[in-house]
Amino acid sequence: MNKHIDATEDRLGESLDQPVNLSRRRFLTSTAVGALVLGFGLPLGSTRVQAATATAAERGTQVPAFLEIRPDGTVRLLSPFMEGGQGTHTAMAQIVGEELDADPATFIVESAPPGEAYVVMENGMRITGGSMSVRMSYPTMRRLGALARTMLLQAGAEHLGVPLAELSTEPGRVVHASSGRSLGYGELAGRALDMPVPDPSTLQLRDPSQFRWIGKPVRRVDSYEKSTGKALYSIDLKVDDMLHAAVQHAPRLGMTVGSLRNEAQVKAMKGVDSIHQLPGAVAVVADRWWHAKRAVEAIQVEWLEPTADSKVRSMPADFSSDAFRDSLATQQGPAREDEREGDVAAALASAKTQVEATYHNQYLNHAQLEPPSALARFNPDGSLEVWLPNQAPDMFRDDIAKRTGLAPSRITLHSPLLGGFFGRHFLYDSASPYPQAIALAKAVGRPVKLIWSREEEFLRDVLRPVAVVKFRAALDAGGLPVAIEAVSVTEGPTEAIAGKQGEKLDPSALEGLSGKSYAIANRRIAQIYVKGPAMLGYWRSVGNSLNDFFYEAFLDELADKGGHDPFELRLHLLRDNQRLTTLLNAVGELSGGWKRGPFTAEDGSRRARGVAMASPFGSHAAVIAEVSIEAGQVKVHDIWQAIDPGSVVNPAIVEAQVNGAVALGLSQVLLEEAVYMNGQPRARNYDLYPILPPSRMARVHVRIVESGEKMGGVGEPPLPAVAPAVANAVAQLTGQRIRSMPLSRYTFS
Amino acid sequence: MELRINQKTYQVDADADTPLLWVIRDNLGLTGTKYGCGLAQCGACSVLVDGNVVRACVTPVAGVVGREVTTIEAIEADEVGKRVVTAWVEHQVAQCGYCQSGQVMAATALLKHNPAPSDAQIKAAMVNLCRCGTYNAIHAAVHDLAAQTSKTESA
Repeated sequence: MNKHIDATEDRLGESLDQPVNLSRRRFLTSTAVGALVLGFGLPLGSTRVQAATATAAERGTQVPAFLEIRPDGTVRLLSPFMEGGQGTHTAMAQIVGEELDADPATFIVESAPPGEAYVVMENGMRITGGSMSVRMSYPTMRRLGALARTMLLQAGAEHLGVPLAELSTEPGRVVHASSGRSLGYGELAGRALDMPVPDPSTLQLRDPSQFRWIGKPVRRVDSYEKSTGKALYSIDLKVDDMLHAAVQHAPRLGMTVGSLRNEAQVKAMKGVDSIHQLPGAVAVVADRWWHAKRAVEAIQVEWLEPTADSKVRSMPADFSSDAFRDSLATQQGPAREDEREGDVAAALASAKTQVEATYHNQYLNHAQLEPPSALARFNPDGSLEVWLPNQAPDMFRDDIAKRTGLAPSRITLHSPLLGGFFGRHFLYDSASPYPQAIALAKAVGRPVKLIWSREEEFLRDVLRPVAVVKFRAALDAGGLPVAIEAVSVTEGPTEAIAGKQGEKLDPSALEGLSGKSYAIANRRIAQIYVKGPAMLGYWRSVGNSLNDFFYEAFLDELADKGGHDPFELRLHLLRDNQRLTTLLNAVGELSGGWKRGPFTAEDGSRRARGVAMASPFGSHAAVIAEVSIEAGQVKVHDIWQAIDPGSVVNPAIVEAQVNGAVALGLSQVLLEEAVYMNGQPRARNYDLYPILPPSRMARVHVRIVESGEKMGGVGEPPLPAVAPAVANAVAQLTGQRIRSMPLSRYTFS
Repeated sequence: MELRINQKTYQVDADADTPLLWVIRDNLGLTGTKYGCGLAQCGACSVLVDGNVVRACVTPVAGVVGREVTTIEAIEADEVGKRVVTAWVEHQVAQCGYCQSGQVMAATALLKHNPAPSDAQIKAAMVNLCRCGTYNAIHAAVHDLAAQTSKTESA
């Protein structure tokens, strides 16, 4: 019954999209480390790799595991990271190419399979998230390029019969200047990969003043493919003999399948192969996805209420997101402190002025445009191959091993391009289609690709957390803040995934309330943990996405109460912090000089500006927003953002990331929210869950400030200051305090 | 039924009400056209039917019989489409890229009907969603294409 496809050796060629060449085969079979390349596409165990990568000093030194140089000089790089729009494939090509001496334009970058060889981040992890990819792997990936270059030089010396010292490189070539001879990398690759990997300590890295590609606006390696529909995402993949599947999830997580009332009719629908009951879902496998979807939606399922021993976070039938938020506001404690400095209580007691305010935010969906999918295939030898969107291949492989009972070495995991992610593709129980796809492939004995419809995705997506934050602050006689207290009633995403509070506070719950740089002598930042009914996850810029909104908007309240301009107040509170003072002045200058308004713009509209700052993921950002009210709705005209990630690899991609972060930041502050009523999301598609449309995008002006400090992140840091800058502008324009998101819940005239 | 897609004729076995999107993707294996919402909300499935942009996820396949369908796979065979692709690369528009097939199709349709649209006309036509927030880059790319045309015409 099973017409399984080709042997694994042939699939290697297929995955390379061209025939396997001789030199490649030679190094595949002739060197021990070279065999690691087989890990791509083959179920190779990680034991050997683990043994080889015991220490940080050895990370990223197994050159053949990462690089393949083809006869035409094309460099194929297996990157430890996933590409989902943030440009990391291009950044890796720039970093490796700089030291390898190969133009990034000659690179083909793909995401590497699971395996210890690809643990290159300084924190010993392998994930694509936390804006970590470049900043945590930069020295290691440079060294990788330099190692490979040295191997090519060694091969060149052998081939030309000259001392290595007489050789140099120019992009893509080894050059013997004195004889005028040169060899392309492609000609040397086979021999080079047989060379022993040099001792990393002997390497001389390129002087940054000589960089050709790092720090330059190099074009993305995937622009053309993504502009012509040629780029392949998980949802696009197919293998021979594959069937398609669709699911209908229980309306509330934790419910189970009782009976199917019309199974026979559905079974007779066009294209249907089979109907399956899965944990919390029913599935139809069919010849085409449309047939599977139509059939599965026609199934009349009797859903049973969750049982007490349910292994998932059961969603109660009466859950209302608004009522839940109101209940958070009534929580009294106990609170655990994350930050404590001075004596807030005493400062409040003796202060001339006290200010109190309560803030909250909303649940959000990820709403990445590619709906989740997974393709699973059991090979004739019983091994399993899975193609799926993910931000952490080793964690997903290990989870699949746990679920299937297969040894990790029997599981091959492919990580295609991501059609957006924003935190969506971490390991979240019940929120990904791969367990279902694997179960279905096993059941039907053929490869199965399962796609979640947009509606099923909105039903099972994990949500950005909500918080209710109670602020108290004290102002001195000069109206300057001397104490601030923030107590957040919330559940952070990390503790939500764990299902319980850890021994230490979840940093993703309070980041952005904690760790602010303002010189306020007395501070207390604390959390009251409340476990909620909704499944939570990481959303671009995580805790900072809400907490900087709260803090920076409240700081404007303090400025107003104390009679200070909010820009000047920030400068004052940062007077001993040169880096942030520079950054704040940079955004002021970029906007043509700070002016708060309200003022009348050239088109006659009344406008005002707001300012906010944030220091997420190792970088710092300052934002100014200009707004008006148009037909009762907030219109954001301009966003000026100065960002200091220490140093940057690709300024054009940084600017693109700022644009993207502004869009998401505007989306959350203006109009986005996941609302639950009766245990179910009100929105199951973009019709009732609007995301920022082009008509509501602002002009974006970016200034990159390279302070030269330790490299920080880029994907997430430009987001958090956007919402409070807009809120502060709106408050100034309308006189109405903005203490919650989204603004679509407010009435403006 | 018989379909004309990218200047080729296909015999397709599908129910009349099957969305064109799924015929293109699953029956014909042309996966450049994307599924985003199935509800004509996002525009990731935009294709051209007789030169007009339509959302294939809500277009019954029977409705395009006898018409000429163009998908992203044939975009460079079209003179305007080729220019749009060049501008998309030039402006480095794509981030994740998932919506960009639809964006390129929408831009091509606009420029085929109106070679030099004003900024307001660009805004009115380019309404597809992009979660990565490439809107400004999209606008700049189309604006540039419009300006090129104006320049050529006034020369």
